[in-house]
Amino acid sequence: MLSIKNLQAKVEEKDILKGLSLDVKPGEVHAIMGPNGAGKSTLGNVLSGRDGYTVTGGEVSFLGKNILDMEAEERAREGLFLAFQYPVEIPGVSNLEFLKASVDAARLHRGEEAMDSMTFLKLAREKCKAVNLDQNFLKRGVNEGFSGGEKKRNEIMQMMLLQPKLCILDETDSGLDIDALQVVAEGVNSQRDPNRSFIIVTHYQRLLDYIVPDFVHVLADGKIVKSGGKELALELEEKGYGWIENEEA
Amino acid sequence: MTKASNKIVSPFTQNALDFVNSLEVSGDFNEVRESGLAAFESLPFPTRKTEDWKYTSLHALTTQDYNQAANNFDLDNASELYEVDGLDAYQLVFINGVFVSELSDEISEPGVSATPLSVANDAQRELFKQYVGNIAETRRNLFTALNNATVEEGVLLHVEKNVQLKKPIQVVNITSAQGQPSSAFARCLVVLEQQAEATLIEQFVSTSEPQNILLNQVTEIQIGDGAKLNHYRLHTEDESSLHFGGVYVDLNRDSQFESYQVALGGKIKRLDVLVSHNQAGSHCEMKGVYLPKNDQHVDIHSYIEHIAANCTTNETYRGIMADQAKAVFNGRIHIHPDAQKTLANLSNKNLLLSNKAQINSKPELEIYADDVRCAHGVTVAQLDDKARFYLQSRGISRQEAEIMLSFAFINELLESIPLDALRQKLRPLLAQQFSTNKTLTQHILDEENGVHSEGAL
Repeated sequence: MLSIKNLQAKVEEKDILKGLSLDVKPGEVHAIMGPNGAGKSTLGNVLSGRDGYTVTGGEVSFLGKNILDMEAEERAREGLFLAFQYPVEIPGVSNLEFLKASVDAARLHRGEEAMDSMTFLKLAREKCKAVNLDQNFLKRGVNEGFSGGEKKRNEIMQMMLLQPKLCILDETDSGLDIDALQVVAEGVNSQRDPNRSFIIVTHYQRLLDYIVPDFVHVLADGKIVKSGGKELALELEEKGYGWIENEEA
Repeated sequence: MTKASNKIVSPFTQNALDFVNSLEVSGDFNEVRESGLAAFESLPFPTRKTEDWKYTSLHALTTQDYNQAANNFDLDNASELYEVDGLDAYQLVFINGVFVSELSDEISEPGVSATPLSVANDAQRELFKQYVGNIAETRRNLFTALNNATVEEGVLLHVEKNVQLKKPIQVVNITSAQGQPSSAFARCLVVLEQQAEATLIEQFVSTSEPQNILLNQVTEIQIGDGAKLNHYRLHTEDESSLHFGGVYVDLNRDSQFESYQVALGGKIKRLDVLVSHNQAGSHCEMKGVYLPKNDQHVDIHSYIEHIAANCTTNETYRGIMADQAKAVFNGRIHIHPDAQKTLANLSNKNLLLSNKAQINSKPELEIYADDVRCAHGVTVAQLDDKARFYLQSRGISRQEAEIMLSFAFINELLESIPLDALRQKLRPLLAQQFSTNKTLTQHILDEENGVHSEGAL
């Protein structure tokens, strides 16, 4: 699915990723944890092709293709999805027209026809319901005036509509209360599939109580410094990140 | 030798004077014409040093003589230029300043006088004469002065006390290419008596060919006590058009003026809007968008005079400048000493789509009363990278993302247009400004899925 080899990247002349390697196979859920400033969000941004993140070395292969030369939209159409830590508010663009444009782009890329408006509307309503969002949210501007929890549920709804192959959840749990966290986790779990993989970037173990990962990695100073099973998350929760850094030294 | 005779008269002024003197006139409106002529003669031709014209060069008017009569009035399929599907309105159509009765409606509603002067009866002409020139201000704008000096044809809309006009009036001004550079004049006078209500749509269109005609148009509006006018002014002419427009509004006690203005760019397009709150309790709601691209130019000057107490103004303009286009927005709000308890708000937001596009925006607040609430804000920005990336990260192409975000910038104002048919006409027309490729505008124009679709959910 995804193979990252010795990835190095910088933001505004500052080296952030310093040789990160990771292999994700179909159907796997990988959690990436780490202290603030370790490069967790940078990883999501680099993989999804955001301007301003410069790759200075290494390789990333997604479904056998080198994605580092692709524009952000091409990566998305190939099946890569980033759930944002801070989803952007876009007044004046309706959520529905945005979702339709996204789904149409993916379909055209696969050689399918654009979905007709009524079928799409029905589908969008269905997904709204699945993440417990009122249907009025479809008519409102993208994330405009949404609460933190509503924005995150909107992200999960987009994921459900786009049916990506690899989902990167960038600190999706930040700013969520326990109820919203459960809704989001249920949404994610409903999308788990032998052919779909997840990378869950998080600072806290809490989210992993609900979305149980197959692997847990610790990212520190731009590299993965420790990998393990789901029990590693519990260990981190208990001991903090300090012990790993000490172990390193 | 007197001082006046020493004055250097610009070629434009001299040619205009010769042109005005050569016009054949009925003589009915000599009073306004003479005072207009005097005002025009006294106003110097603006240069870049003239404050009100600082960012709008009139150089093009000095390199060619536009002060000649139009000579070409033939147009096939003219109605295609202005028809709005689904709009039920009375139409009055002018081609290069000349009324075209075959394309126009005769309007007979009780309590309403709505007619071009060329076919008006004596009573209507008398009514027109009574008001014309009283509302328009000539001291700031030489083109309005010149328009006053040429008054002969025009639209009269008079609505009697307590009468509501049943359908909107759509006044269409069409311009087309002429054998030589020319000028056309147009005029509109609206008088709403107490508690009267009307909707006026002023539509400016042209043939899609290079234009060499200068349209000088002035609209005067008097809104009586408790009366209300919904006003639309839509400029969608060819990008080579020359337009000098003036809208002058007198508001009386508890009256309301609601205005929506849309302007694509022209070679020179200048619109002055002056609203006077003459009596207490009046309200002015003004919204506008301007969208110049290529080498186009748009200049909007608004002047709001708060003379009486307890009046409100809410003014919102948004502009999107692409390519090498230039826009000017000057918004002045003047609170006179007696205008206590005024609420006035002016917002002007601008989006620059290219490094070479330009906006010169100047809000001016001049306040001489102490118990008022006034605010103004101007912003100039480029497309938001974060928002663009968000759209791209969902598979939407960079190009489509940019179009969606640009359209979003004016969408809110478009959505507030109460006349459905006009809104539906304007959406594709404005979307086209960002791209003529329909696959790139299909999602913002999708009637089922847009923010605008009422029936969708």
